[in-house]
Amino acid sequence: MNSVIQASQLTKRFGNFTAVDHISFEVAKGEIFGFLGANGAGKTTAMRMLCGLSKPTSGQGLVAGYDIAKQPEEVKKHIGYMSQKFSLYEDLKVWENMQLYAGIYGMNIKQIRPKIDEKLHQLGLFDERNTFVSQLPLGWKQKLAFSVAIFHEPQIVFLDEPTGGVDPITRRQFWELIYEAADRGITIFVTTHYMDEAEYCHRISMMVDGKIEALDTPKNLRERFRAATMDEVFYQLARKGREN
Amino acid sequence: MKQFWAFIIKEFEHIFRDMRTILLIIGIPIAQILIIGFAVSTEVKNIRVAVYDPSNDVSTQLIINHFESSRSFEVVRSLQSPDEAERLFQQNAFDFALIFSEHFDENLYHTGEASVQFIADASDPNYGNTAVAYATNILSDYQQELMQKAMASGMNSANFRIVPQVQMLYNPEMNGSYNFVPGLMGMVFILICAMMTSIAIVREKESGTMEVLLASPVKPIYIVISKMIPYFLISWFILIIILLLSIFVLNVPVAGNLIWLNVFSLIYILVALSLGLLISTLVRTQVAAMLASGMGLMMPIMILSGMIFPIESMPPVLQWISCIVPARWYISGIRKIMIEGVGVIHILKEMLILTGMAAAIITLSLKKFKTRLE
Amino acid sequence: MLQYLIQKEFRQIFRNAFIPKILVVLPLMVILVFPWAANQEITHIRVNIVDGDHSPYSRRLTDKIAASPYFELIAVSSTHDEATAMMEDGQVDLILEIEPDFEKHGVTQNPAALHIAANAVNIMKGGLGANYMGQIIRNFMEEIQAETVPGQTNPGLPVIRITSQNRFNPHGDYKIFMIPALLVMLLTIICGFLPTLNIVSEKEKGTIEQINVTPVKKTMFILGKLIPNWMMGLVIMSVYLGLAALVYGLVPAGNILAVYGFAVLYILVVSGIGLIISNYSSTTQQAMFTMFFFMIIMILLSGLFTPIASMPAWAQTMTLFNPLRYFAEIMRMIYLKGSSIWELGGPFFALTIMACVFNIWAILAYRKSQ
Repeated sequence: MNSVIQASQLTKRFGNFTAVDHISFEVAKGEIFGFLGANGAGKTTAMRMLCGLSKPTSGQGLVAGYDIAKQPEEVKKHIGYMSQKFSLYEDLKVWENMQLYAGIYGMNIKQIRPKIDEKLHQLGLFDERNTFVSQLPLGWKQKLAFSVAIFHEPQIVFLDEPTGGVDPITRRQFWELIYEAADRGITIFVTTHYMDEAEYCHRISMMVDGKIEALDTPKNLRERFRAATMDEVFYQLARKGREN
Repeated sequence: MKQFWAFIIKEFEHIFRDMRTILLIIGIPIAQILIIGFAVSTEVKNIRVAVYDPSNDVSTQLIINHFESSRSFEVVRSLQSPDEAERLFQQNAFDFALIFSEHFDENLYHTGEASVQFIADASDPNYGNTAVAYATNILSDYQQELMQKAMASGMNSANFRIVPQVQMLYNPEMNGSYNFVPGLMGMVFILICAMMTSIAIVREKESGTMEVLLASPVKPIYIVISKMIPYFLISWFILIIILLLSIFVLNVPVAGNLIWLNVFSLIYILVALSLGLLISTLVRTQVAAMLASGMGLMMPIMILSGMIFPIESMPPVLQWISCIVPARWYISGIRKIMIEGVGVIHILKEMLILTGMAAAIITLSLKKFKTRLE
Repeated sequence: MLQYLIQKEFRQIFRNAFIPKILVVLPLMVILVFPWAANQEITHIRVNIVDGDHSPYSRRLTDKIAASPYFELIAVSSTHDEATAMMEDGQVDLILEIEPDFEKHGVTQNPAALHIAANAVNIMKGGLGANYMGQIIRNFMEEIQAETVPGQTNPGLPVIRITSQNRFNPHGDYKIFMIPALLVMLLTIICGFLPTLNIVSEKEKGTIEQINVTPVKKTMFILGKLIPNWMMGLVIMSVYLGLAALVYGLVPAGNILAVYGFAVLYILVVSGIGLIISNYSSTTQQAMFTMFFFMIIMILLSGLFTPIASMPAWAQTMTLFNPLRYFAEIMRMIYLKGSSIWELGGPFFALTIMACVFNIWAILAYRKSQ
């Protein structure tokens, strides 16, 4: 397997609290990897470590071939990230946000302009290019954040609950964007609470109390837990966590 | 009423959860008053003197000794020529040049042509004038001594003598902090209080929790009051600490009535808190609230309150403008009641003005607060 | 890369509802209003004379005081208590009490007594008032002596002729002294507070998260915050100095380029301090309070408003670490004394070191990962 993410025994402690507890997994190139778990299971912490935003307490992680602890800045060159909380500049216009990040990733000045227009058309946001981000509806904001995350054609993109609080139609559109990106060879690492979305992933991992309790394709997981839907799988695992 | 208490307790919990901020709020005014109270004084002393003394005789030596023994002056160097003064002035090497004429002693007793020139760096006019005045005093005293001697040794006449007795009222030690501590209190209180309240309210607006509070059955007025009460108590606590520090550490006496001093200060704190409330109704973001209450208020208060620059030296227009600066009234009142120790009757005007200001600002901001809601 | 970061900062500044207003109003207020208010000139000290003698001499002395430019004769009271009441009410600053038999005692070799009582809450005013009063009394005494000793210019009497000269501000105009220094305060407040709030507000809004996950270099990010601030500072300063020349006719006696050179350094220093505080704070409120603390102390211990020489030794040592002290000193030296760059080597050195230390610190304090 040609893996772009390798985590082995990755751990993060905050004082006495172990947020991420020795997790190990690999993600292959072009894969859509779902990262599931209850609130507070440690998903966001794990993701932030893989993005180089948080230093692991112990264990190792390789992202795009670079060590997350020793070469976080190299990692950052090859990934895109969309955080749970919307974090583009609300007081900048749509195209200005895109231009800023294109510039930060060192894109050629001549390429930036046409690329922005292309992306805006793709997203259906072209007419809103001069709108302040603060005035966009949440669904559009999320789409914009996603396109900013993949604007520089990273190898991997990390999406932290990208569809939280968004209506079902926009969610569907969002997943179409994700598939498009995956088709172009971008590896997708996504956390979500929606179990229907879990079905869209090639493989999913279930996190409970900082540990990975299960990791397989959605189909295999359903069979293993003898469940009809992913919802049930989730309940079984989450309950197990609570009993511990 | 029960909900009202619940709100106040919530506000206290909120404040005390963030220990770093609470330490800042209480520590800042205390540290500022201590450091500045000890350090800042307008007293002119240690004036650095350079001397040009071509004859170097008994008389010039005596005069230089007089300068050296004065606590206002400090002889730092001697000059080779009067022209050297110019060059060294540009390097800020000294503040005052004392230039003797040639053959000083000889001329003094024979031709009457002995002369001394003072050159003062009067960039700061006060400093320059004071230096000249002090130096003139020293020389006049010396001359008076000479006169007495000369007269005693022969001249006899019904000459006229006056010995003035000087008394420095309220501040016999000429302690600079007597003037500065009340000014500092005036400035620090209003800024800290305005910053605290404005940000506390705007933060809730920004994070959306204000909506939740307003959705509760409690009247908006009570919400506002419940936010102000904890800060009012914290400010009072700070006031008491500052008073204790002034008395026991800075040795600034509280000559007047302690109770009235507290009452007067509490009125002022109320003005400051309501100013913060007003700002919070005018701005939308925390950054704007901070800029308005910190940056926007700081300079006018420092300059127009009489804290450093006496109001009576200002042109009339600015004297009128200064009337709307609450710190002006507080500082003038606190100087009277705390330092001069005059009765409360003498600060009645200041007290009434501040009360009026508090009432006006609160009314205005509640009005604003309501219209925002609709 | 840097150009985009700078462009972004400018867009945010100009779109802010509040900052552009402050950037216009504050400098105008400082240059047009404050120089008139920042006046410590001590003239018109209000005097109350208690004349217990009612003699020709006491009247003559009263006239002399009334004619002095330093004093304003508010009232001639008949009793001590009346004068004290006026002092307590804040109507007069100084009381001169002339005792009964003032003239008689003076003439009969029995030194005549005068009591000067000055309100010394403001020690500057009290001290100078008592001093000026002393000078008038001495002149008065010498006048009388000269009149009573026949053959006026007695060659045997040793007389020292005193001349004095006030350099650099001969008309004693406080505005000339304060305008160069008020610029220091203005730049400190604007270029210090804005960066203080900058990074921490990005933290609070969460936008810094998206920046942190990019490969942007720490130095670039900090420069992206410093440069806009620095450009703004220089523009504000130009407007300020332009108005100083137009409105007050005040131009530097020294080289204007030196003024700019030092301003470039100075703005870097204060912005650096702001960014350091911003980096270490987790909320806007913390950042603002911390900066407020340092700013008040730096402003009041800089020699801007009160002479450094009057401070106790420990405070004078503290001023050595205060960038305001150097910039205020430099501004006044260039503007009033026309000092050249060579004479400003010490402050230049100090500011350069501070600019380097604070900005490197700001870069190090910025953490892209926890």
